[in-house]
Amino acid sequence: MTTATTQTDIHQGIVRQQKAEQRKKQILNLVLLVLLLLAPTVMYPVFLMKILCFALFAVAFNLLLGYTGLLSFGHAAFLAAGSYTTGYLLSNFSGLTTEMGIIVGTATATLLGLGFGIVAIRRQGIYFAMITLALAQLVYFVFVQAPFTGGEDGLHGVPRGHLFGLVDLSNNFAMYYFVLAVFLGGYLLVQRIVGSPFGQVLKAIKQNEPRAISLGYNVDRYKLLAFVISASLAGLAGSVKTVVFQLASLNDAHWHMSGEVILMTLLGGTGTLLGPVIGATFVVNLEYQLSQGPLGDWVDPILGAIFVVTVMTFRSGIVGEIQNFLRKNMS
Amino acid sequence: MSMILGVPVAVLSGQLMLGVINGAFYALLSLGLAVIFGLLKIINFAHGAMYMLGALCTVLMFDAFGINYWVALFLAPILVGCFGIALEYFLLRRIAGQDHIYSLLLTFGIALIIQGVLTNIYGVSGLRYSMPDVFKGGMNLGFMFLPYYRAWVIVAALLVCFGTWFMIEKTRLGSYLRAGTEDSQLMQGFGINVPLLISLTYGFGVMLAAFAGVLAAPIYSVSPVMGANILIVVFAVVVIGGMGSIAGAVITGLLMGVVEGLTKVFYPQGSAAVIFLVMVIVLLIRPSGLFGKEA
Repeated sequence: MTTATTQTDIHQGIVRQQKAEQRKKQILNLVLLVLLLLAPTVMYPVFLMKILCFALFAVAFNLLLGYTGLLSFGHAAFLAAGSYTTGYLLSNFSGLTTEMGIIVGTATATLLGLGFGIVAIRRQGIYFAMITLALAQLVYFVFVQAPFTGGEDGLHGVPRGHLFGLVDLSNNFAMYYFVLAVFLGGYLLVQRIVGSPFGQVLKAIKQNEPRAISLGYNVDRYKLLAFVISASLAGLAGSVKTVVFQLASLNDAHWHMSGEVILMTLLGGTGTLLGPVIGATFVVNLEYQLSQGPLGDWVDPILGAIFVVTVMTFRSGIVGEIQNFLRKNMS
Repeated sequence: MSMILGVPVAVLSGQLMLGVINGAFYALLSLGLAVIFGLLKIINFAHGAMYMLGALCTVLMFDAFGINYWVALFLAPILVGCFGIALEYFLLRRIAGQDHIYSLLLTFGIALIIQGVLTNIYGVSGLRYSMPDVFKGGMNLGFMFLPYYRAWVIVAALLVCFGTWFMIEKTRLGSYLRAGTEDSQLMQGFGINVPLLISLTYGFGVMLAAFAGVLAAPIYSVSPVMGANILIVVFAVVVIGGMGSIAGAVITGLLMGVVEGLTKVFYPQGSAAVIFLVMVIVLLIRPSGLFGKEA
């Protein structure tokens, strides 16, 4: 009798604790949301939009690395596929509304992701990284030579156009709130996926793939779907980025970009929802600050050094380390 | 002039030779990657940077101290090899127990640092290195002209590949290496100094890359970014061949060089992409690679 009561007590205690934690998380999210809504009044909106686009890119990437355990070294291809498609459509078809351009751009990246996924998931671990890198390089060569990408110059002067044919996006504030909405949509989608039964299977695959197989899961299907969703969101980030900056460039397709998104995710914290956002904010800021100062040519070595320091000293990333610290000191 | 498939024989054989030479570089580089992967289970993303360091060392040692090609052929790989051993000892070793993804990212970071710093010092335009006088000129084979230096590259690369094969398959040190590839913990239990073996293996793999760099110095433009793009091609070669066997790495390297050369003759626009396409096809038909064992 007494043991039963204690057990219920413990159970209720755990539930109460979980609820309290959830409330804390909700408050934190609310504060962040308010900050994001107010941000353009104090900071340059275009810069904020750049951060949001890369944050979405990193969140998409993290769905693979952080939750499925797949290291893609070719995510630049999806960013660029979205970017170039949207840029080409909006430049050449003036009747097209902006959101249509973005949707088709995202769809292109999704299809490309399907193609990459089918080929790449045939191998595991580091082979997966090498294959995605090689495939992205193939896409890079296509973008260099294809007639519609402007070769080395890229696409310039892409019109921002009107959202749903109504809202004039040439206004930076209108543009900002649109980008914010897209970012939040992507972020919430990933949050939803991670918490869903599908997300649980992805985590199981990350932790122990043979076990997931022996439990009867068709692992390849799950991996492929995760890959396609990730590619799709990365393409969305690229499409929106093109509309914001009104250009698409080869930089987006280069392996360097694939490396950058890995750094953003790793630095912020793989396998945490907020980590990639923090990491993207940090890296975009850092690159901007460096480009303003005398260290402009030293971006690459500094990014490399951050890679080395992160891997050597805090592999869980900024958010991951904070979570570990809180867990250790709270209980 | 005789023609094959509408292409002059001289053009075809010339491109074939260039293909074999590129293939020799792919073979040397993928061999180094395979040796490192065998024991350390990591992919060395700094391999391209090490190749570049070998070439840059050759040029700089000549400019600064007048050190000639033959000395550089030994000295540059040894210097770069020592640098690799230091990297292994101070960095890679410390995260050996972690997920291999982290070692991969670590070597990627190292490559970014090396290439970035050297780009700031030497620029990207490329340094000049004149080849030794012995190799000036060439011989006429009747159907094509063969420059001496290019013949030497092929011979030297094949000799080194054969030497590596011999060392790994036929010597005592090589048998340790193979045993370590199978089960390094068990070997440690037999009293063999595995950490030392790992350092030496990484150093040796890096030396192979640097040796390729020295060979490349007289014929390719030497610049801090020369390693980045070739590395991605070599990754594709490694995926095609699988890292299971040494002979496999060498054969696949040469084969892909030839395929690339032929594509340059028949469809020049596709030559940059053809190896990646071959990789896709191989993955769809035989996912473990041409010579791969594991699935």
